[in-house]
Amino acid sequence: MRELFLVLIPLAGACFAALWPSERTRPWFLPIISAIHTLLMSWLLINPPEVLFHSWMGFDPLARAILPVISLLFLVCSIYGIPYLKIHKERKNRVFVSVILASLGLISAAHMSRHLGLLWIATEGLTLCFVPLIHFSSKPRAIEATWKYLLVSATGIALSLLGSFCLGYASLHGGGQGDLTFTALIAQASSLSRPWVLIAWVLILVGYGTKMGLVPMHAWKPDAYGEAPSMAGALLAGGVSSVAFLALLRVRSVVAAAGAGVIADRTLLFLGLLSMVLAAFFLLSTNNFKRMLAYSSIEQMGILCIGASLGAVGLWAAFFHLWNNCMAKGAIFLSAGNLQRGAGSCTTADAKGLFLIMPHSSLLFMAGLFAITACPPFGLFFSELMIIKNAFFSGYPWVAVLFLFALMLAFFGLTRIVFSVVYGRPKTNSKQLSTKYCEKPATLLPSLILIGAVLFLGLCIPNPLRQIWSDAVQQLIPNL
Amino acid sequence: MNSLLNVLIGLAIGLNLVALGTGRLQALIRIVALQGVILGCVPLLIKPDFNIIIWVFTLITVLMKGFVIPSLLRWASRAANVDRDVAPMIGFVPSLLLGSAGMIAALMLSFQLPLLPEHHGSLLVGGSMATIIAGFLLLVGRSKAIAQICGYLVLENGIYLFGLLLVHSIPLLVEAGILLDLIVGIFVAGIVLDRIQRTFDSLDTRKLNILKE
Repeated sequence: MRELFLVLIPLAGACFAALWPSERTRPWFLPIISAIHTLLMSWLLINPPEVLFHSWMGFDPLARAILPVISLLFLVCSIYGIPYLKIHKERKNRVFVSVILASLGLISAAHMSRHLGLLWIATEGLTLCFVPLIHFSSKPRAIEATWKYLLVSATGIALSLLGSFCLGYASLHGGGQGDLTFTALIAQASSLSRPWVLIAWVLILVGYGTKMGLVPMHAWKPDAYGEAPSMAGALLAGGVSSVAFLALLRVRSVVAAAGAGVIADRTLLFLGLLSMVLAAFFLLSTNNFKRMLAYSSIEQMGILCIGASLGAVGLWAAFFHLWNNCMAKGAIFLSAGNLQRGAGSCTTADAKGLFLIMPHSSLLFMAGLFAITACPPFGLFFSELMIIKNAFFSGYPWVAVLFLFALMLAFFGLTRIVFSVVYGRPKTNSKQLSTKYCEKPATLLPSLILIGAVLFLGLCIPNPLRQIWSDAVQQLIPNL
Repeated sequence: MNSLLNVLIGLAIGLNLVALGTGRLQALIRIVALQGVILGCVPLLIKPDFNIIIWVFTLITVLMKGFVIPSLLRWASRAANVDRDVAPMIGFVPSLLLGSAGMIAALMLSFQLPLLPEHHGSLLVGGSMATIIAGFLLLVGRSKAIAQICGYLVLENGIYLFGLLLVHSIPLLVEAGILLDLIVGIFVAGIVLDRIQRTFDSLDTRKLNILKE
């Protein structure tokens, strides 16, 4: 039961933060609760709690493989949150702090859910938590982005509920109890009604795929990432998308046990490639560096899906990639937030020459660029290489070729925007703003920590990490 | 029992078409509320033995879908008195035609799918799919934000109807969680509606067109 504290402590923290009277001291809830969460997580990793077979919630290998990096991302982002909320004193932070803490609790709950209904409740709650974060600036643009986010995500998530019900009906039809725990569904897999399993897979793929931002369900992503505060963007790109990915992996293991694994893998592969290639083309046309990060995130989600569809080795590489992506996206989003404040805009037309006025943030932004475009020695290079190699060896050379083509286009698109923002002559407006919002260690350090971590994962992967990813693969593909 | 159930579901399907054909916002809200009340009562027919928990659950569902959410929507649209039409992007006749085609397709499909013996001859599966399709049409075919939320509610009613197939097996805790999430979702949407109203001085989503490549 110890693992339940990962959910309860952040939720209790959210309630306290909502009741806390002082605007000035409330942001400190963020790092304190996140630090407790990270400490608790480390303790649970060292002494893993027992997971009961039919329990609804448990710190099982899959949760162990992903949750630590999200806890770390939250901790680093919450350190950034203090100077961020100090700069924006004019905005009330009660809702902001509370929903970030609540979302940490719900993300933990979603990762540990071993019951489809519970997983859905946590994901829907998470979706709603991010609504006030996206329109934190209250500008018309932000409200427009919020509306699109709410409508598209809510519809997607409703379809995944329908998919969950279909899986339940598949169990009923096969003579089962309609029990929606993953272990019960897998135990009953051979008798599940196949048409209903396939309908369920399609609906769940569309539903959770919307949350991940896979093409063609990605419409909300550029708007939401572009308008949300960069800290919320980092959490969306790192935390929320991994919840949806994990949900797909869990359902995929049920579908595979029911004998439709090949169909599930092919659909994942197709959507993954489509997302990669289309996102790469969008990257060539956008001129806003936060929307650029959204397209890059769509591309990374495509890579995860391709990895997951390529068997055990690909799956292992996908976990490795997820860790890298989570931290690299965090680093580049946080530095992009600094640049946006300094330039007063995030379009390439207005934001120019930022290296001259915000040199440290620009350096971190460029380092983040090299990390997310998978330049060696950053971790993403090795995880993507592993997926490409695996695609070649498992009989999908054309996948590897398309993958490389999309990576190349994305590299052109990303470097085009980043260099046009960093170099050149700064605008007068930017010069004034950057003296107002000068760079402080507290806004630079979080980005630096995350970049350092991605670099570290590129140079060496500690054995315990290798082990937890292998355990997670073992859980998903049991008869390896 | 099954025939009474089918009558209720048939009524709900009929209301889908009325919702697709109506041009007035207030009428649309009323239709969606009525559909919510009708579908909210269905669990009582599926589980006829007197069970206090089912009664409480039904009561909460009916109260929420029939009264709380509609009044929230009316509150959100209080300032939008000037223009009360739903502002269709897909016209009424095409919406009705698409809705009817969707309904027929849904019913045909439901007869093809493998169903449990007790669900043969019941409109549960077909009706739920027809309602989901109508909800989608409203969601993408209307430009007023409130009409889009009504579309989402119809979609949600369809999913709720499908969920009733599992009424014996899904634990109450999960059902209550799902209901709570949906209600919070509509509340959040109501707040965002209010923001849209204040910022853009209208609830027409065609005015939300700043963000594009």
